[in-house]
Amino acid sequence: MNAPHRSAGAAIEIRKASKRYGAFTALKDIDLHIRPGEFMTLLGPSGSGKTTTLNLIAGFTDISSGALEIGGKSVTGLPSHKRNIGVVFQHYALFPHMTVGKNVAYPLTLRGISGEDREKRVKRALDMVKMADFSHRYPNELSGGQQQRVALARALVFDPPLLLMDEPLGALDKKLREWLQLEIKRIHRELGTTFVYVTHDQEEALVLSDRIAVFNGGRIEQIGTGRELYDNPATLFVGRFIGESTVLRGAAEVSGNETVMTIGDQKVIAHGRLAGDARPVILLRPERVALKRPGTDAVTDENRLSGTVTEAIYLGSGSKYEVRLKDGTTAVVRSPLGAADFAIGDAVDVAFTPADLILLPDDASADVTLT
Amino acid sequence: MPSFQRVLLGLFCLLVAVLLLAPTLVVIPMSFNGNKSLAFPPVGFSWQWYDNFFNNPDWTTSFTNSLMIALIVAVVATVVGTLAAFGVSRAAARTGGLLRALLITPMVVPGVVLAIGIYAVYLDTHLVGTVTGFVLAHTMLAIPFVLIAVQASLEVFDRRLETAAGSLGAGRLTVFRTVTLPLILPGVLSGALFAFITSFDEIIVALFITSPYLKTLPVQIYSSITRDADPTVAAVGTLLFLATSLIIIAGLLFGMRRGRT
Repeated sequence: MNAPHRSAGAAIEIRKASKRYGAFTALKDIDLHIRPGEFMTLLGPSGSGKTTTLNLIAGFTDISSGALEIGGKSVTGLPSHKRNIGVVFQHYALFPHMTVGKNVAYPLTLRGISGEDREKRVKRALDMVKMADFSHRYPNELSGGQQQRVALARALVFDPPLLLMDEPLGALDKKLREWLQLEIKRIHRELGTTFVYVTHDQEEALVLSDRIAVFNGGRIEQIGTGRELYDNPATLFVGRFIGESTVLRGAAEVSGNETVMTIGDQKVIAHGRLAGDARPVILLRPERVALKRPGTDAVTDENRLSGTVTEAIYLGSGSKYEVRLKDGTTAVVRSPLGAADFAIGDAVDVAFTPADLILLPDDASADVTLT
Repeated sequence: MPSFQRVLLGLFCLLVAVLLLAPTLVVIPMSFNGNKSLAFPPVGFSWQWYDNFFNNPDWTTSFTNSLMIALIVAVVATVVGTLAAFGVSRAAARTGGLLRALLITPMVVPGVVLAIGIYAVYLDTHLVGTVTGFVLAHTMLAIPFVLIAVQASLEVFDRRLETAAGSLGAGRLTVFRTVTLPLILPGVLSGALFAFITSFDEIIVALFITSPYLKTLPVQIYSSITRDADPTVAAVGTLLFLATSLIIIAGLLFGMRRGRT
């Protein structure tokens, strides 16, 4: 392989870290442990604290309180140029007065590596991102995607144990972004370096990450694999941020080990109950619910909510519907290929079993932040 | 009729160019005057005024004085002005604005006023007629030009490149040397050029702080023309005109080459 040496990735340990700018608190007491070699994505809307966390790790800003260790050593007060961390920025940040080759050689020169050794490592890094033919070009002669690949090579050429990426694909179009996501994933697999990746795009987070930390309002709401976050969101915010969802709200009563919610004039039964006295909401995933003709195909324990189809979209791999329920809520439903077809205006039942729904405590901030 | 308008526009541009250049170009034929007079048109032809410029110690010393002072000023003012530009552009907006206003006062205050002040201070500090005195005064006059030129460069400079260089392992000084300076160099160089010119053709302050032992070229030109209307002045003017033209053409060519890459 032409890839740079496999390096042992560094672990990151953040304990009770806060970051304040004057009266504004950007981060409140976050705890985050990142394993060596892990691909960890910091996901959240803008202003949620994900980039602040990345900047703290990179050493671009200092922590206000708490502890930050990289590779088992405290880095508090250590300036960024002594941390030996690769960073890839959204805006590429290639040096416009240097060729691609010079850009990639830059961190090596700073480390006293010269001559043939440097040439070899620059070539290897550029090969890794498939940019070796562009070594003599200047950054302004490259497209955005090419520039970002060069930036990636430059951030990895000195074999850092940790690579930070701040929305690196944010400025690129969708096709290119999807292709580069796979490239980044491949490089991560080849190198064994710890990757910390910041994005607000949940799909990107799902494609890339071993684990995802979901940020909201300066806190981490949940840390887990994509599957864990999607199937078992800890908060309404996480449930709504990852994937598509429908949120049902209504008067709820607890009877025994069941929570019964009244939506319009229909009842929905959920297994289990919430701890404490938080108001419950029900979260539905579009592919876990089915559309049925009113009153047909009943299944035991099934919840049914009647409504009218307001949008029907054929997606090739299936269909997507929007259904207006009686209480005014719009439910999103995805049907697999081969399921019955419905047209706009059809009266339908939205059907799901208690196992298909997610019961969560209500959180007003989840709605506000997402708009 | 667009083509007629174009011709008209061309003629107008030519007229402006002639108006701008004519006073300068008049000097050239005058410098080859056969008589010792500044009459125009000149009478006869001779190289004697050029000969005089290169062989008369009054002219050669004042020229080397000016060159030396202007070179020192260019270096000192560029260093100080560049540092000041950094301070101004990286300070909080309000502080930066105040500092900037303060730093460009030498450009705004009438030259005579400055000259009187400088002269008064120099009399007490025995700086009249010294190289140090000239360098200090001219540096003060040149700093605003450097400040403005470098600040313009810094405004378009992407500071995130410094963050990136830091993340790659470069300390503050290395970042400046390898990233910031090369990218703001056009501004620094044009600042240096302005500083050089500011000092080289400065006359008002120079007239006050000059002495028989230290004259700069503008002082020599002035005294020569008031004393004996000597066409050597025209020869000097022609030489300076040629030199500046060459510098500007070189600068344009350099700029064009940079613009292409």
